[in-house]
Amino acid sequence: MADNRNDTLPMISTDGLSVGYGSVPLIRDIALSAGKGEIITLIGPNGSGKTTILRTIARQLSVLAGTIYIEDKDIKTLSGSEIAKKMAVVLTERIRPDLMTAYEFVSAGRYPYTGRFGLLTDRDREAVENALQMVNASEISDKYVSEISDGQYQRILIARAVCQEPEIIVLDEPTSFLDIKHKKELLEILSAMTKDRGVSVLMSLHEIDLAERISDRIICVKGDRIAAYGTPDEIFSGNTISELYGIDPRSYDTLLGKLELSAPEGEIRCFVIGGNGTGIPFYRELQKKNVAFAAGILMPNDIDVSVASSLASRVVCSEPFMPVTNEQIEKARKLIDLSETVVICGCQKGEYNEANSELEEYAVSKGKTVVRSLSGLREVL
Amino acid sequence: MSAGRNNTNSRNAMRTGMVFLSFVLLLIVAGIWNLRSGSVRIPLGEIADILSGRGEPDSTAYSVIWKIRLPRILLSAVLGGALSLSGFLIQTFFRNPIAGPFVLGISSGAKMFLAFTTIAVSGLFSDMPVSATVAASFAGSVLSLLIVILFTGRVRNMSSLLVIGMMISYICSAVTDLLINFANDSDIINLTHWSMGSFSAASWQSVRISVLIVIPAFFAVLAFSKQMEAYSLGEGYAMSLGVDIKALRVLLVLLTGVLSASVAAFAGPISFVGIAVPHICRMLLKTEKPILMIPASFLCGAVFCMMCDLAARMLFSPTELSISTVTSAIGAPIVIWLMLTRRNRNGG
Repeated sequence: MADNRNDTLPMISTDGLSVGYGSVPLIRDIALSAGKGEIITLIGPNGSGKTTILRTIARQLSVLAGTIYIEDKDIKTLSGSEIAKKMAVVLTERIRPDLMTAYEFVSAGRYPYTGRFGLLTDRDREAVENALQMVNASEISDKYVSEISDGQYQRILIARAVCQEPEIIVLDEPTSFLDIKHKKELLEILSAMTKDRGVSVLMSLHEIDLAERISDRIICVKGDRIAAYGTPDEIFSGNTISELYGIDPRSYDTLLGKLELSAPEGEIRCFVIGGNGTGIPFYRELQKKNVAFAAGILMPNDIDVSVASSLASRVVCSEPFMPVTNEQIEKARKLIDLSETVVICGCQKGEYNEANSELEEYAVSKGKTVVRSLSGLREVL
Repeated sequence: MSAGRNNTNSRNAMRTGMVFLSFVLLLIVAGIWNLRSGSVRIPLGEIADILSGRGEPDSTAYSVIWKIRLPRILLSAVLGGALSLSGFLIQTFFRNPIAGPFVLGISSGAKMFLAFTTIAVSGLFSDMPVSATVAASFAGSVLSLLIVILFTGRVRNMSSLLVIGMMISYICSAVTDLLINFANDSDIINLTHWSMGSFSAASWQSVRISVLIVIPAFFAVLAFSKQMEAYSLGEGYAMSLGVDIKALRVLLVLLTGVLSASVAAFAGPISFVGIAVPHICRMLLKTEKPILMIPASFLCGAVFCMMCDLAARMLFSPTELSISTVTSAIGAPIVIWLMLTRRNRNGG
C-alpha cells in the first residue's frame, strides 16, 4: 500500500500557493507538481513572476498562502538541511568570488552533508569529482571561478547542485547568457540527470522552443493565476503561446516552434512562386525590405508554407495530397495581376505543381518583371 | 585526473602550511624584537632570564619588560588580530574588498562619546583617567553597534547597511564637531591623539579584558566559518542550503562590532589594518575559504600591529608616533597595490 502511494507521489508539489514580494500576492492558487525524473518548465513573458514562484519554492521568499510539499511532507515541517538534501537550487544570483577555484565552488554543494567546519571527507570529494565529470568540467576544476567563461560557470553551477545529491533541482533560466552550443549542452545534462538519476527538475526558461522539446509539462505564467498547465503538445497547440506572450498568432508556428517577424503591410507588390523550401530566402528578403507579397501555389505541407503563412499577405495553397484546381490557379493569376514583380524560385516541377510552370508563363506574358535570384530581387527592390 | 587533483591538493596544503608557519615565526620574531627595543635596550639573554623568572625583580629591565613592554606587545597582538579579523568579516558581508571594520560607524560613535565625556570630565579632573577613556569609547561603540544591529534585521541587503553605517558616522561626527566647540585645547589634543590610535596605555588590566572579549569572539567566528562560506556564494544560495540569513547577519555584525569596539576602546580607531591585512592573507593563501582566512587574518593582524607598534615607538624615538600614522603609511600603499593587481570580474 505504502509502496503504491510512493510511486504516484510527486517529488515536489504545491497546493493553493500564493507568491509575491512583501505581503501582496503576485500570483495565486498555484498548483504544480513534478514526479520523479520529470522536467516541469515555467514559461511566460518577462516580469510575469516565474522567478518569484521559483524563489518561493526555494524558500528565499516567504509563502503568502498555501503549501509546498516535498513528497508528502509540508516543507514547513522540514529543517533547512533536510530540505537541502532533497532540493538544490540554481538561481540567477551570479556571484563569482575571487580566489575560489571551481572545485571549491562546487564543493559548497556538500554543505548539508559536512560537519560544523565544512571539511570534506573522501565521500564528499568523490561526489564533487563525479559532479564535475558529469558536466564536463573536470579540466577546469583548478581554475578560479572569476576567470572561467559564462558557459563553464553555468556548468559548475549545475555541478554544485548535482553534488548536493538532491532529488529535485530548481533552476531559474539556466540557459540565459549561453550560446546555442552551451544551451544544448546544458539541457542535455539536465535531461540525462532526470533519466539516469531520477532527479526532478523544476525550472523557468526563456526559450519556449527549448521548453517544448525538453519538458514533460509546461506551466504558463501570466497575470495573477497560472494561465495554462499541461503537456507540451497541449500548450503548443492552438493559440496558447501567442496569447501568453501577446503576439500575432501568425508569427508563431506552434507545430515547428518557430518564431517569425511580422508580415509587411500594404498592397501586394510581389508574387513568389516557390516550393520545397526554395521560397524561404525570398520571403525573408521581402519581409526585411517591408514589401507586401503573396506566395503560391504551394502544397499545404510544403516547408515554404510555414514561413509564407507568417510573412506573406496571401498564400495560395492546394488541398493536401490533391492536384491544383483551376480555382486556385485563377486566384494566383489575380494576385500576379496585382504584382509588379514575380519571383521564380526555381523549384523542381512535378505532377502536382505543373500549375506553377503555367503561372511563370502567365507572368512573362503579362509583362511583369521576372526575377530568378536573390541578387536580382535586391536590384528590383 | 584524480592524480592531478591530489597534486593540486597537496600543493595547496603545502602553501597553507608555509603561510601559517611563517606567521607563527614572524609572531615570535616580532615579539622578541619588541621586547628588546626601546629607550632601554635589553639584551636577549637578560630577556630570557626575566621572562623565565630568573631575573632581578627590582631591576629597571625587569619592570620595563613586565610592566610596560609585555602587556603592550600582548595588547597589540590581540587587538591587531581582532581588528583584521573584523575587517575580514566586514569584507565578507559586503563582498567589498575595501570595506574596513569601522565603516559601520563604530569608531565615530566611540569618538562622540569620548568627546562628550572628555569635555564633561575635564571640568572635574585635571586629567582624564585611562579607564574613563576606555569606558566611554566602548560605550559609544556599543551604542552605534546596537543601532546598526537594529537595522540589520530590517534591510533587504547588506549594501543598505553600508549606507546606514556611513550615515551613523556622519551623524556622530556632526555631534562630535558640535561638542568640540565647547572643548578646551587640551581636550582637543587628547581627542585627536585618541583618534590616531596608540597602544601606549597598555596595562595587564587592558590585556585581560581584551583577551576575555576577543578570544571567545574569535572562536565564535570560527564556528560560523561554514555558514560564512555559503553566504559568500550569495544570500539566496545560502538560504537554499538552510542557512538562517537574518540570524547570521545579526550574529556577524555583532561579532564584527564587538571585535572592533574593543580595539577602539583600548587603542583608538587604528586605520587600515582591517582593510589591508585580510588582503595580504588572501594573496598569500590564494583562497577565500573562511576556515583558513579567519585564523590567518588573526595571526597576520597580530604580527602587523606588533611590527607597526615597534615602528611607532622606535622610528622617531624618543617621540612616539601614533599607530595609525604607521599603519596608514604602510597599509595604504598595500591597498593600492592590491587593487591594481587583483583579479576580479565582479567588481571591476
